Amino acid sequence: MNEASNGTYAILGDKVRKTFQRKTGEAVVALDDVSLEIRHGELTALVGPDGAGKTTLIRLVCGLMAPDGGSLKVLDVDVAHDPQQVQNRIGYMPQKFGLYEDLSVQENLDLYADLHGVTQAERDERYPRLMEMTALGPFTRRQAGRLSGGMKQKLGLACTLVRVPELLVLDEPTVGVDPLSRRELWEIVQQLVGEGLSVLMSTSYLDEAERCEQVIVLREGKLLASGPPADITKKAAGRSFLAKLPDGAPARHLQSQLLEDPHIVDAVPQAGQVRFVRADGYKTRQKREPELAGITTRKVPPRFEDGFMMLLDEFTRDNAPASASVAAPVALERADQVNGADKRTDKHAELGDDVVVEVNDLVRMFGQFAAVNHVSFEVRRREIFGLLGPNGAGKTTTFRMLCGLLPATSGALRVAGVDMHTARASARQRIGYVAQKFSLYGQLTVTENLEFFASAYGLHGQHRRERLDWAMSQFELTSLANLPSGQLPGGYKQRLAMAAALMHDPDILFLDEPTSGADPLARREFWHRITSLSDQGVTVIITTHFMEEAEYCDRAVIQDAGRILAQGTPAELRAHAKGAGKMATMEDAFIAIIEEARHENGQALQAAG
Amino acid sequence: MDHSPNRSDGKLRRTVALIVKESRQIIRDPSSIAIAVIMPTILILLFGYALSLDVKNVKVAVVLEDSSPTARDVASGFEMSPYFAPRYVMSMPYGEQLMRRGEVEGIIRFRSDFSSQLKRGAGEVQIVVNGIDANTARIIENYAQGVIGQWSQRRRAEGLPVAGAGPLVVQSRVWFNETGESRYFLVPGLIVLIMTLIGALLTALVVAREWERGTLEALFVTPVHADEILLGKIVPYFGLGVVGFALTVAAAEFLFEVPLRGSLWVLTFVSMLYLLVALGIGLVASSVTKSQFVASQVALIATLLPALMLSGFLFDIRSMPIALQYITYVLPARYFVTLLQTIFLAGDIWSVIVPNAAVLALMALIFMIVARVATQKKLA
Amino acid sequence: MESVFRIMALIRKELLAILKDPRSRVVLIMPPLFQTLMFGYAASFDLNTIPFVVLDQDRSAASSTFLGDLDGSPVFQRIADIHRAGDIKKLIDNRDALVAVQIGPDFERNLRAGRQAAIQVIVDGRNSNTAATALGYVNAIVASFNQKWSSSHRVSGPSVRAIVRAWYNENLETRWHMIPALIGTITMLQTMLLTALSVAREREDGTFDQLLVTPFKPAEIMVGKAVPSTLIGLIQATIILLVAQLWFAIPFAGSFLTLYAGLILFLVAAVGIGLLVSAMVATMQQAMLFSFMLLMPFILLSGISTPIGNMPEFFQYLTLVNPLRYAIDLTHRVYLEGATLRQLIPVLWPLAAIGAVTLPVAAWLFRNRLS
Repeated sequence: MNEASNGTYAILGDKVRKTFQRKTGEAVVALDDVSLEIRHGELTALVGPDGAGKTTLIRLVCGLMAPDGGSLKVLDVDVAHDPQQVQNRIGYMPQKFGLYEDLSVQENLDLYADLHGVTQAERDERYPRLMEMTALGPFTRRQAGRLSGGMKQKLGLACTLVRVPELLVLDEPTVGVDPLSRRELWEIVQQLVGEGLSVLMSTSYLDEAERCEQVIVLREGKLLASGPPADITKKAAGRSFLAKLPDGAPARHLQSQLLEDPHIVDAVPQAGQVRFVRADGYKTRQKREPELAGITTRKVPPRFEDGFMMLLDEFTRDNAPASASVAAPVALERADQVNGADKRTDKHAELGDDVVVEVNDLVRMFGQFAAVNHVSFEVRRREIFGLLGPNGAGKTTTFRMLCGLLPATSGALRVAGVDMHTARASARQRIGYVAQKFSLYGQLTVTENLEFFASAYGLHGQHRRERLDWAMSQFELTSLANLPSGQLPGGYKQRLAMAAALMHDPDILFLDEPTSGADPLARREFWHRITSLSDQGVTVIITTHFMEEAEYCDRAVIQDAGRILAQGTPAELRAHAKGAGKMATMEDAFIAIIEEARHENGQALQAAG
Repeated sequence: MDHSPNRSDGKLRRTVALIVKESRQIIRDPSSIAIAVIMPTILILLFGYALSLDVKNVKVAVVLEDSSPTARDVASGFEMSPYFAPRYVMSMPYGEQLMRRGEVEGIIRFRSDFSSQLKRGAGEVQIVVNGIDANTARIIENYAQGVIGQWSQRRRAEGLPVAGAGPLVVQSRVWFNETGESRYFLVPGLIVLIMTLIGALLTALVVAREWERGTLEALFVTPVHADEILLGKIVPYFGLGVVGFALTVAAAEFLFEVPLRGSLWVLTFVSMLYLLVALGIGLVASSVTKSQFVASQVALIATLLPALMLSGFLFDIRSMPIALQYITYVLPARYFVTLLQTIFLAGDIWSVIVPNAAVLALMALIFMIVARVATQKKLA
Repeated sequence: MESVFRIMALIRKELLAILKDPRSRVVLIMPPLFQTLMFGYAASFDLNTIPFVVLDQDRSAASSTFLGDLDGSPVFQRIADIHRAGDIKKLIDNRDALVAVQIGPDFERNLRAGRQAAIQVIVDGRNSNTAATALGYVNAIVASFNQKWSSSHRVSGPSVRAIVRAWYNENLETRWHMIPALIGTITMLQTMLLTALSVAREREDGTFDQLLVTPFKPAEIMVGKAVPSTLIGLIQATIILLVAQLWFAIPFAGSFLTLYAGLILFLVAAVGIGLLVSAMVATMQQAMLFSFMLLMPFILLSGISTPIGNMPEFFQYLTLVNPLRYAIDLTHRVYLEGATLRQLIPVLWPLAAIGAVTLPVAAWLFRNRLS
C-alpha cells in the first residue's frame, strides 16, 4: 500500500447530500445528510430498497458526480476536489458494466490494462490469475457481446482488477446473475478481501450482505443503520419463528395470511416451512388468531434479513404517510377462498381437462445449437409453475415458444388445449404474457395503456369498463392513472404490465423473470399478488433467478443447457441437495443439481472423446 | 506497488489504447461500414453518373403551319443543334397535346404567315416551353434563341441581307469549365457531403452510443483523462474521413475525369481542416444530447442539409435573400465549397484559399474547444 | 368487425404516442415548415444578382448605350471598370465578379459600318449552371440591343424574332418547381422514417412481443401502423401546401380532391417501403441507417434536383420504381398544370403498384420472421 492510504478509513463521509432535479421540476433528495465510515481491508455491503440512493452514493465515491453538501473523502482525498486522483487509484464496476461488445475478452482486458498503465511483466503475472479466478481462460478470443450474463459480469470484474486497486467499488455485481455465477463472483470478491483489499459493494441479496464485515442500510436517501451485520440481525432477536406446514401443502397460503397480520413484520417461505418475524404486540393477539391453530411454530435464531425487515418496518412506521403503499398487502378479492380449491366457483374452475400446458419432446435449434433440447413437462390448472435455470439455460426460449412468439423446431406444444403450431390465435385469448422488461408504451398514461390492451383483446361495453376498474383497483394504480407509464417507478411498472396482461381474464399467465432486479420488499409484494391470482384460479408459469422463489411454486423444473435436469415439488427438488443438511435451501439444491449434471456431461464427453 | 499514473508515456499509451479500441470497433460494426463506405459509394455513383444539369437532346415539337422553304430553313437549325431532338407536327393543338402528355418539353411554332411576315421584314417564331422545371426551361429558351440567331448568321455568311439578329454578337468564354459540364462542380461538391457524413453523422452516432450503452461510466473511473477520450475518438474517425476523401478524389480524377487544376496537397490540407470541423460538430452534438437518435438528427439538420442547400454547392448564394446569405457565413460548408470549386477548377488561387482556409481553421479550433468543454468525466 | 375494432385501438394508440410527446410533435411540424421555407428561398437556380466588371476600350456613345442596357437590368451589378485585360483574371479568380464584359476599340466603328461588332464575355464556370444562366441573361440583353439598333438605324433585310412563352410558370421561377416537389419529398422522408422507427422502437422496447401475444394478426398490426403514418404524412403535406399558397403565393391550378387522392396512394407506397425496412431490421439505429440509405437515392433520382431527362438511360429506368418520382410528377401536374385524375393515370398506377407490392411483402416478412 502506498503512503496515501495510511488513514484508517477507505471512505469517510460527513453529511453527504445530493439532490436531483426531475424533469417535472420537483427536487428529489437522493442522499439526505449521509455520514459513513468504511474501513480499510474490509468488505462493506450497501443495502436498501430501490431508490434508497445506493448507486448515487457509489457514483459520488467514484467522483462521477459532485455532492451538493457535506464532505466525502475517498482514500484520504476529497473526491469532489480531485476526482482524477481517486479514479487513478480505485477500481469500479458499474451496475451495467460497459464492456465493448464488439471487442474480444482479451481486447477488453488489454484496453483496461493499457489505461491503467499495467506493464507487460505485471500482465504476465496478473492475467493467468484473473483467468483462473473467472474461468474465462477458454474464451479469451470470444467477443464480449456473445458471453452469457454471468460471464460478462466476471469479465467486467476482471477488467477492474487488471491491477490491484486500493479500493474496489462494485454496484450490484450479482444482479440478474444465476446462482452458480453469483456464487463464483462472490468467491472472487472474498478471495480479494482475504488478500487485504477494501471493497464496497451494493447488493439486493441480503444473504450476501450477511457475509460482509460491515453493512450500510439506506432507505429513501437516509442512513438507517451501519455496522457489522450481526448488529442488525440482533434487532430481530427472539422474533424469528418457523411454522411447519402439513406435508405437500404449498407454503404460500400460510405466508400470505401471515403477511396480512399487521403484527407480523415479515413472512417468507423457507425450505417447505414459513419463516416469520413478529412485531411487538403479536403475543396478545395470537390467541385470537385461528389460522395458526393447527400449525406448529418454533423459535429460530434470527438472520440478517429478519433484522433488515425490522429496520425497514421501524422506518415505515416513523414515516407512515410517505411510504405506506410500498409494502401494503393486496386487497384480496376472494380472501375467503385461500383455504381450498373446493370453495372456488369462478369461471376458471369450469374449464375442461386438468392439464393446461403440455410440452412434449420440445426442441428448438438455432443453427447447430440446441437452445431447447427435448424438453417435456406439463402444468396443471391453478398451479404456480416455475422454470429455473442459470443464464442461457433455455428458459426464455422455452417461454417464447409457449407464448407462440417462436415456433418450435420439433415436438408438441399444447397451451390451453390448443396446438400452438396450428391455432396460435385462438390460444392467445386465453394467455397473458409479461415480458422481462415490462413492455409498456412509455409515452402513454397508465389508463391509456390499459385501454389499449383492453381493446387489443377485443373487450367492449360494460365488460370493458368492469375490467378496467378491476385492474385499477386490484393493482392500486388509480392514484397514478394519468402518469405516463415511462415515468412510473419500477414496482408500479411491473404492476401495470401484469394488469395489462390480465385485462382479458386469461386462464394462464406467463411471467418472464418478473422479479429480476427488484428489491426484497417489492419481491414479497409481487408474490403476494401472484398467490392471490392463483387463488382466483389463474395458472401461473414463471421464470426466475431467485431460487428461494421456487418455494412459492407448486412445482418447478430446473433447466440447464437446454435440458431439464429435475422437476417436481419444492420438497422433491430440495431432496437433491445431499449432504447440505436437513435445512437445505433451494439454492443448495439447484447448485447440486446443475453441478451433478455438468459433471456427468463432462464424463460423458470424456468417455466419447 | 507502483501506482503513479503520470508516467511520462502514460498519456500517449492510454490514447493509443483508446484509438486501437475504437478502430477495432469501426471494423467490426456494420453501421460504421455502412456510413463510411456504402453511403459514399452510392453518392459517388449517383453524383457522377446520374445527376446532371446539362441539357441535351431536348424533345421539342416543331409545328410547321407554314411549309415554305424559308420556314423549313429556319427550322432545320433545330435539327443541326446538339441540344434539340425536334419532332415535326402539323398542327398546334397536336403539339400542345404532346406537351401536356409530357412527351415534349417545348413547342417551336411557325405560323402560316411566317414567310409573308419575313418578307415584310420581321418574322416571328413562337417558342413555348414547359416552365415547371424553370432551370431547364430557361436553358431550352436560351438554346432556342441561339438556333434562331444562327440562322441570321448563316444568311449573313452567304452574303444575304439580314437584320434583327443584329450587328452585335457575343463571343463568350466560360472560364474553368469551357464545355459547361455540370459534373465538374457536382463531383467536387460531393466531397463536402461525404466528409460531413463521416465526420459529423458517424461520429455523433458512435459517441452517443457510448453514453447510451454506459461504456463510458467504467472508462471514467480509470486514470484516463477527458482529452484522451476525445482524442481516442477523433483520430480513428479522422482516419476514416481521409479514406472517404481519397475514395472521392480518386473517383473524381479517374472515373469522372474532373480536372484538378490546383495542387493535391492544398486540396488535402483544406479537406482535413473541414473534416476537423465536422468531427467537432459531431462530438459536440453527441456529448450534449447523449442520445444516438437526437444526436444524429442534430447532425443531419445542422450539417448535412445546409451543406447541400446553403453552401453554394448547387444553388448560388448571391441569389438568396439577404437574411439567408448572412446565415451561410456561419456554415463551414460554405467555405469548403468555395475552396473545392476553386482548387479543382480554377487552381491554387491563394487570395481565395488563404481566407477561406483560415475561417475553417478557426471553426475547427472553436468546435474542438467546445467539444473538450462538453466532454466531462461526469454523469448527468 | 373484431378486427376493425382492434385496428382502431392500435391506430388510436399510435397517434396518442406520437402526438402526446411534445418533442415528437415538434419533430413532425417544424422540419416541414423550416425545410419548405429554406428550400423556397435558398434552392433556386434563378440568378438575381450578377456582379460584373467592364473593360471598355471603345468609350464611345454606342458602348455606353450598351453598358447602359446592362446597368438598367436589375440583375446586373457593375462592381468595377477596369483598364487592363489582365485585371479580369484577378476579379474572376477571387469570385468578386461572375461576368466580365470586354468591349473592343472598334466597337462603334464596326456597328456604324454595318459590320459585325463583337463583345467578349467571360463567365466564371466553377458552377457551370450559374454560368449558363448568366450567359443567357447577357444574350437576352444583346438581343434587345440588336432589335433597337436595327429599327433605329433602318438596317434592311429580313429578321427572325423569337417570342417565348412558358407554360405553367410564366416567370420561370425555380420556387414554383421546388415547393410542390417538396410536398412529396418531405412527407416521404418523414413517413418512411416514422414507420420504420415506430416498429423498430416496439421491437427494442419489447412491446412488439406484447402485441404478438394479443389476438392481433400480423396484417392487422401492419394496417394499424400504416394508417397513422399516412395520416401524419397528409398533415405534413397540408402544412407545406399552406406555406406554398399563403406564404409563397404560388397559384394552385388543380383540384384538392385530386391532389389528396394521389397523395394517399403515394403515402401508402412510402409507408409500405418503411414497413419493409422495419420488417428487416432489429434496432432503431439499423432502421434509421437503412431508411437513410434508401432515401438518398430516392431523392437524388426523383427529378427534384436535376431533371430525370438528363440522366443516362440506365438511371432513367431505375427511377421507374421510385415512388417519389411519381409523387413529384403528380404534385407538379395537379398544382401547376391542373391535371385531372384521368390525365394522371400513368402516374397513379405505378404508385398503386408499389404499394401493392411492398405491403404484402412486408406482411409476409413479418410473418416469416416470427416463424
